Parts: sequence; C-alpha cells; structure tokens
Amino acid sequence: MNIIVCVKQVLDPEIPPAKFKIDPATKKVIPPPGVPPVISVFDERAVEAACRLKDKQGGKITVISLGAAQAAEVVKHTIAMGTDEGFVLQDEAFEDLDSFGIAYVLGKAIEKIGAYDLVLCGRQSADWGNGQVGSILAEIMGIPVVTLACDIEAADKKLKVKRIVKDGYEVLEAPMPSLITASSELGLPRLPAGMRIMIAARTQVPVWKAADIGAQGPELDKAKAHTEVTGLSVPSRKTECEMISGDSPGQAAENLAAKLAKLL
Amino acid sequence: MDNKGVLVCGEIVEGKLAPITIELLGVGRKLADELGEDLSALLMGGKAGGLGQEAIAYGADKVYIAEDSLLDSYNSDAYTQMAADLCQKELPSIVLLGHTDIGCDLAPRLNGRLGGGLAMDCLELSLDSAKMLVSTRPVFGGNAHATMVSKTARPQMATLRPKTVPPAKRDDSRKGEVIPVEGKLDPAALKVKVVERIKEEVEGVKLEDAEVVVSGGRGIGSAQSFEMLRELASVLGGAVGATRPACDEGWAPMTLQIGQTGKVVSPKLYIAVGLSGAIQHIGGCLGSKYIVAINNDKEANIFNVAHFGIVADYKEVLPALTAKFKELLSA
Ligand SMILES: Cc1cc2nc3c(=O)[nH]c(=O)nc-3n(C[C@H](O)[C@H](O)[C@H](O)COP(=O)(O)OP(=O)(O)OC[C@H]3O[C@@H](n4cnc5c(N)ncnc54)[C@H](O)[C@@H]3O)c2cc1C
Ligand SMILES: Nc1ncnc2c1ncn2[C@@H]1O[C@H](COP(=O)(O)O)[C@@H](O)[C@H]1O
Repeated sequence: MNIIVCVKQVLDPEIPPAKFKIDPATKKVIPPPGVPPVISVFDERAVEAACRLKDKQGGKITVISLGAAQAAEVVKHTIAMGTDEGFVLQDEAFEDLDSFGIAYVLGKAIEKIGAYDLVLCGRQSADWGNGQVGSILAEIMGIPVVTLACDIEAADKKLKVKRIVKDGYEVLEAPMPSLITASSELGLPRLPAGMRIMIAARTQVPVWKAADIGAQGPELDKAKAHTEVTGLSVPSRKTECEMISGDSPGQAAENLAAKLAKLL
Repeated sequence: MDNKGVLVCGEIVEGKLAPITIELLGVGRKLADELGEDLSALLMGGKAGGLGQEAIAYGADKVYIAEDSLLDSYNSDAYTQMAADLCQKELPSIVLLGHTDIGCDLAPRLNGRLGGGLAMDCLELSLDSAKMLVSTRPVFGGNAHATMVSKTARPQMATLRPKTVPPAKRDDSRKGEVIPVEGKLDPAALKVKVVERIKEEVEGVKLEDAEVVVSGGRGIGSAQSFEMLRELASVLGGAVGATRPACDEGWAPMTLQIGQTGKVVSPKLYIAVGLSGAIQHIGGCLGSKYIVAINNDKEANIFNVAHFGIVADYKEVLPALTAKFKELLSA
C-alpha cells in the first residue's frame, strides 16, 4: 500500500500566550526566540495512522511538507516514527500561500510522486487552523475524501474509516485511492526509538522547487489568489481573578462554594 | 463578476431548522440588505419542503428545496454534489455555512469544487467599503484574530461559529419563493458509503446544555480521580468536560473534549480543575459567565481568564467544595 502524508511545520502551538507576538504591519507572527518549530499535531497523528497501516499490511509511506527548508526537520521526525521517505517543497514562489495555493502545490508534488492508494492530512493545521487543505486537495485530485478519522483499516482495495461526529461516530467505506484527514481521537503518536532515530538522522531530505513539480506560472498565480489576510490582531483578554484563600485548601473550598452559591 | 446574492446552506435537525441556520439567516439578511441583493437558502433532505416557509419567515427571499432521499442524513458526497450544482447554476456571491459537523466537512469541499475563497470558524462577518465579505476568525489557536477577504475568487464563503450572533427574528408575514431543486443525484457519484452511525449516549446532562461544567485536565492524573469531578458535577446538576490530554489518556470519553477541536460551551459556571488553560482549550469555554480555576501552579494561564481561583492540590479542594455545595444547595 502506498501512502502519502502531508505534514506541516508550525510554530509550537503550546507556547504560553504571553510569548505570542505578532507584527500587525506584515500580518505575521514573530516566533519567540529559542522555541523550535514542531510538526503540526494532527499531522503527527496522520503519520501515526499511516504507520499503523504499514505495520499491518506493509507498504511505503512518503511524506511531503511545504514550507521553509527547515521543514526537513519534521520530515526527519516522521522518518524516525516509521515513514520511508520525504520531500520538502520550498520556493520563493510558495511564500504566503493560502489554503488553495497550498493544496495546489501539494497536488503537484503528489502527481510527481506517482502511484498512491491513500493520502493522509491532518484535520487542520495547528497555526492557521483552516481545516481546508485536505478537502481542497482531494477535490483538485478528484478523489473521495473522508474527514476527521479516528480509525482506518484497509482491506480488499477498500478503506474502512471511523469518523468522529459530535455525538458519536460514523463508519464509512471509501475506495482507494482516497484522502483522509486525521483527528486527535486517532490516539497518541508513537515515540521515535532506536534504529529509526539513527536512520532519520542520516537522511538527506530532498528539496523540490516550483520547477521540479511544475507548480508555477499563471496556474500557481491563480491558485494563490483565493483569499488574502487583511489584518491580524491579538484580542485583549483581561480578567481580574479573585484568589480565594483559607486556613487550609478545604477552608478555601468552602469559601469558594459560599461565594459561588450566591452568584448562581 | 456575475455572482450575486447571499446563499445560506441550511441544516435540519430533528425536522426543524437548526439554530445555526436561523443565526445564518440573520447575518445573511443583513449582508444581503447592504448589498441590495437577495438572500436565499438551500435546504436539503426528505423533509426540507415543510421548512421553506419557515426559512422565509426568518429572512430568506428564496428557498431552494432539494428533497432527494439520499440527502436525508448528512452524506458528504451527496451534499457536496447538490450544493455545488446549485451554486454553479445560481452563482451566489456569498455562501454561508455553519461551523458544525456538516459545515466543517461540506464547506472546504464545496470551496474546492467551486474555486472560491473560504474562511472557517468565523466570529464576525461584514462587508468592507468595496462591499466584499470580510471574515474574522481566530488563528493560532485563538492567540490572534485574522480578517480575510476574497478579492477575486467567487463565491466568497465562510463558516460561522454557532452562537456568535443572535438568531434572526421570525416574521411569518414575510413573503418569498420556495423553489424545488430539479435534477436528482446520481447514486453512482456517491463514492463513500456510510456503513453505520453510532451515537454515544452520555448519561446525565448534555455538555452543551449544562449550566455548570466541571472540567478536568492532565493534572487529574487518573480515570479514577475523574470520579471526583463527576460527583461535584452531579451535586451542581452539571456535566463533566475534559481537556484533550485527559481524553487522550482515556480518563474521559472523547465526546467530552472542550476547546478549539472539541465542544464549545458557555455555561453559567465553568470549574476548571487541574488544567493549565492552554489557548486551544479555553477557546471552548470563554463564553462562560464565571470561570473558576483550581490549580496548584499559581502561574498557570487559566488564572488569567478565571474570575475565581484557588491555588492548591485539587484533591484537597474538591471534596470540601462538593460537600459545601451539597450543604448549601439542600438548604
Ligand atoms: C491545533 C490544536 C488544537 C487543540 N485543541 C484542543 C482542544 O480542543 N481542547 C483541549 O483541551 N486541548 C486542545 N489542544 C491541546 C492544548 O494545546 C493543550 O495541550 C491542552 O489543553 C493541555 O491540557 P491540560 O491543561 O489538561 O494539560 P497541561 O497543560 O499539562 O496542564 C495540567 C495542569 O494541571 C495542573 N496540576 C497538576 N497536578 C495538579 C494537582 N494535583 N492539583 C491541581 N492542579 C494540578 C498543572 O499545574 C497544570 O497547569 C489543542 C492543541 C492544538 C495544537
Ligand atoms: N504547508 C503544508 N505542508 C504540508 N501539508 C500541509 C501544509 N499545510 C497544510 N497541510 C496539510 O493540510 C492539513 C490541513 O491544513 P489547514 O487547511 O491549513 O488547516 C494539515 O493538517 C496538513 O496535513
């Protein structure tokens, strides 16, 4: 089974809000110094889903990441988890792409990779969190899409997908190839270990430029022009927190209950 | 640009217009009036026909009814096909959906097919001086808000977060047109089959409806300790919620996750226990009237959004809190 996973490198989403800074003029986030970027959380779970399928029926997992040259780090991280190879898509022409632009470029890279049975994405990226790229990519490639998967099985050229909904789940059957987006309910990703870490460390991740995948010219310009960010701001949130104390935590709790009972 | 008018993709829940649809009709009406164009709605499903007049009462000028039985419950392929066909025929300038199970799946596919510009999970929708749709949405987990515009791509699309705008006012004297959508879906075009749907019933008060939510995080430490939260919740007639790590660990069912990628709740009282207050979590509870934090780390971010706090080990706080509430509420 040939699986392609799209992974994005993002600013560590778990930085404390106090460290989160933006430049409103350029509408960009200023990464705090010394905080290394990470693999987007749901993409790591998509990699985990791919690895589980490979554990069961073998196959090959190819990873692609569109971003800066440092995105090689997240590709290596996935290789340490169990993927086979990966590519970084980096080009000046790829800067500031919106969801359509990203989907277009990923689609071009997938065309170049060739045969596949399954494309996996995260449900949404941990930075801009659009939750669109997977579905647009599937529409561009003309393949079926199932979003929010928490379990994927493959048998007889079919994919059985458990999909999260608000009050439970659905079980769907999709043909191959299809695109599936992974949700966190899939479960925790494996920790890289042993030999795989060494293999990953030795891996050179090739960089594909716009010309290498034919993602350029008026086609790219058109793909880029769907949405534009016109403003970025940090909402102010200031709440005065009244600290409740007492001679003991238990006493504080009783004081708190008394206070709340009056407000409810 | 030939695209004109605002289209709301409606949702039907238990035979009625979903609350989000009534909210969207309200926003859609405003936008359509400012544009001087029509507001239309698309209703899909076997029982949609009966709701046409209602959508008109809530503000629609035209209601398209697609009554194919393949649309009775949400099917991604079928809904995408039907909505895309209608949009390609009617060429709306703006298409609005709810940021719900259905909208989150349908909107990006529809956008992919139509080649428009889409903003997801919007908190605000307005028009700029050029009468283009300006969508405001949280980004970076809620650390920032971005505004987005689609300068040339059409339709301009957005999903609106439920409960961010008031519902449209009903006016049964309003007049409009109910238009059956012609053309049936081709079952062969439905590539993904729905095998089954499983509802996971949660006992007690539903999280979304609860007036009190007691929410636990990684600091709770075990499934067993989560029982303490259930006790407190039951004394207060409330529901239990959880952070993602607590769900990941299996201490609470996944359906109880609150936050950016879980449920959004706005109870009167939100008691956050042993959770740090990550931005992606608090996005799901900031609408609460009172937030109470119990955490043994006084630097935890949850104290920046809480109204009341206790800095202590929750194990020493919860039993006394539960007992005191029991006493006060029985009096
Ligand atoms: C794109 C994206 C989407 C996400 N969506 C969600 C979401 O929808 N919902 C969600 O919850 N998370 C979400 N997350 C994860 C989120 O970023 C945080 O990782 C998560 O909310 C942290 O959970 P926590 O507070 O339980 O754990 P921690 O951050 O580990 O906090 C545990 C807290 O417990 C306290 N504690 C420990 N022991 C005790 C004790 N004995 N008594 C009292 N306090 C104690 C600690 O001081 C600490 O503050 C998302 C992340 C990303 C990147
Ligand atoms: N720059 C990127 N490189 C690789 N994959 C991406 C990139 N951006 C988005 N994706 C994929 O698309 C998913 C949804 O992204 P988004 O629509 O931005 O929320 C992510 O979880 C990734 O799987």
